[in-house]
Amino acid sequence: MSKKNNKDTSTRRDFLTTVTATVGVVGVGAGVLPIISQMNPDSSVKALASIEVDISNIQEGKEITVLWRGKPVFIKRRTKEEIQKAEQTNMKDLMDPQEDKDRVKKSEWLVVVGVCTHLGCVPIGGKGEYNGWFCPCHGSHYDTSGRIRKGPAPTNLEVPKYEFVSNNKIKIG
Amino acid sequence: MSSEKPNQQYEPVHTNKVGGSPFTGVTGWIDNRLPIIRMFKHEYLDFQVPKSLSYFWSFGGILTICLILLIVTGLSLGMHYKPDAKYAFDSVEKIMRDVNFGWLIRYAHMNLASFFFIAVYLHIFRGLYYGSYKEPRQLMWLIGIVIFFLMMATAFLGYTLPWGQMSYWGATVITNLFSAIPLVGESVVTWLWGDYSVGDAALNRFYVLHWLIAFLIVGVVAFHVIALHIVGSNNPSGIEPKDTRDTVSFSPFTTSKDLVGMLVFLLIFVAVMMYAPNYLGHPDNYIPANPLVTPAHIVPEWYFLPFYAILRSIPDKLMGVIAMVSSIAILGLLPWLDFSKVRSSVFRPIWKQCVFLFVLDFFVLMYIGGAPAEGIYLVIGRIGTAFWFAFFLILAPLVSLIEKPLPMPDSIHEFEEWKKQGKIKTIKLFNR
Ligand code: HEM
Ligand code: FES
Repeated sequence: MSKKNNKDTSTRRDFLTTVTATVGVVGVGAGVLPIISQMNPDSSVKALASIEVDISNIQEGKEITVLWRGKPVFIKRRTKEEIQKAEQTNMKDLMDPQEDKDRVKKSEWLVVVGVCTHLGCVPIGGKGEYNGWFCPCHGSHYDTSGRIRKGPAPTNLEVPKYEFVSNNKIKIG
Repeated sequence: MSSEKPNQQYEPVHTNKVGGSPFTGVTGWIDNRLPIIRMFKHEYLDFQVPKSLSYFWSFGGILTICLILLIVTGLSLGMHYKPDAKYAFDSVEKIMRDVNFGWLIRYAHMNLASFFFIAVYLHIFRGLYYGSYKEPRQLMWLIGIVIFFLMMATAFLGYTLPWGQMSYWGATVITNLFSAIPLVGESVVTWLWGDYSVGDAALNRFYVLHWLIAFLIVGVVAFHVIALHIVGSNNPSGIEPKDTRDTVSFSPFTTSKDLVGMLVFLLIFVAVMMYAPNYLGHPDNYIPANPLVTPAHIVPEWYFLPFYAILRSIPDKLMGVIAMVSSIAILGLLPWLDFSKVRSSVFRPIWKQCVFLFVLDFFVLMYIGGAPAEGIYLVIGRIGTAFWFAFFLILAPLVSLIEKPLPMPDSIHEFEEWKKQGKIKTIKLFNR
């Protein structure tokens, strides 16, 4: 074999290797994507994204729990004292500072996802040191605005997207 | 094409050639072509092991038996179980009531999972106490930790399958650990669930993964055993065998001893399975999953409790998760954190006490993991967590530095003589 010949074949091989590797990487990528993506929520799950709830029967100081996207949502009709306590909280006392007025549409009604922001348990209403909710799993205390006050949970109970369809009805999602 | 001289004569390059079997006849014919029979003879009949092995060395075999039985009972359960949020709970009840011997198979599977962990904890203790993680067995130790992680994963996934309250809320809490990952946490959790909460989609994939990981364990165990047959067994003296006075052949000596160990272990297992099948479980798991109500006391299975206690003793979500994962992963650093040249705690007076304290800490954390996360329990949990990490990060290197090992025999057969003369104290229960 001559030197020139040898060099020729090796560049040709290099070229083929590069092309094959590139196509290979793209191909594997294109193959892996659907495999990863199939695990995300499917269309039927996404389609169930909103519900309407009749709230006319809820008495002052009571709460109901409804299931939305497989998660509990608390709808609480707060008493005057509860509203007052929530509104007058000093922002410095909060772990995740947020004004009560930014968490409600009408101050009488508090709507929050009933999932502890720590590891997902359902907190119990009317319990805990701040008389809002208490999570039994690892001891997180929430206040009457659903804000985290004490315990391992990092953030306030989430306020879902919702709107008042009428005075007696809200649409969640 | 080149015009130069052709290459030399072509020679086939095979690493192995047909033949070489010590067997004749059909056995030899097969073995000449597929050398597994001679491999088996070499690794299990003629294989030499230290003659000082105690019953602590039976747990490897016991673990293998547990794994096989878990797979056999698991396959049987799989023929009746339905991984659907609507039917899962009922299908398990049907297994318990209607399927022929279904109660037995399910109780066996459930309790085997627990006994699998009992055996693995004793197996790990053996490694800690006798320094089996040291040169040249570091990789075995690391593979072992991988197996332990996989065991925890598959046991967790299996526990979600009956779709009771504990299944559901255990699944919720554990999958939510991933939400602690900064930035992408929430998306990762949604991806794991295939939904916005734990539900049917999650149950279905947990079932698939429960199977998959069980079989992955078989594969990794194979690596563990292959590595063992390269580096050889450690032994209570921690001294490497030097000549045939120090060893016995695997069969019949180790095999018969292991059989006794397995039998005793399985007897205890059968007794628990028959007389207290639900003792190690939680009654709330006989209540169907309810996504609206969390049980007042959610606790994981007993074998997760120490790590659960570590998770809860850190008041920050992300740090709690990191602490829990690293409390196990840190075992992998031990071969490098403990650099004492002496393996066995028999000759390490200070390290021996540290290992016993570590075991005590394990049980304290186990107790704390099952207690409510408040008041004094929280304080004890924090001390226990601190000690857990201090054991590895401070005690291991420190003791390696300051400890003066006891006088040691030169060989395993001398070790055996010292034992007879009462010059050495060993753990009595397993010391035969
Ligand atoms: C590494 C070995 C394994 C471990 C540690 C393990 C652990 C568990 C656990 C803790 C449960 C829940 C028991 C209960 O409370 O009902 C379970 C259930 C189940 N496992 Fe496994 N398992 C293993 C291997 C397998 C294999 C190999 C299969 C199938 C081939 C299997 C199939 C099942 C099925 C169908 C259930 C649901 C029925 C039930 O809950 O009793 N498992 N497993
Ligand atoms: S899940 Fe609520 S405190 Fe942990």
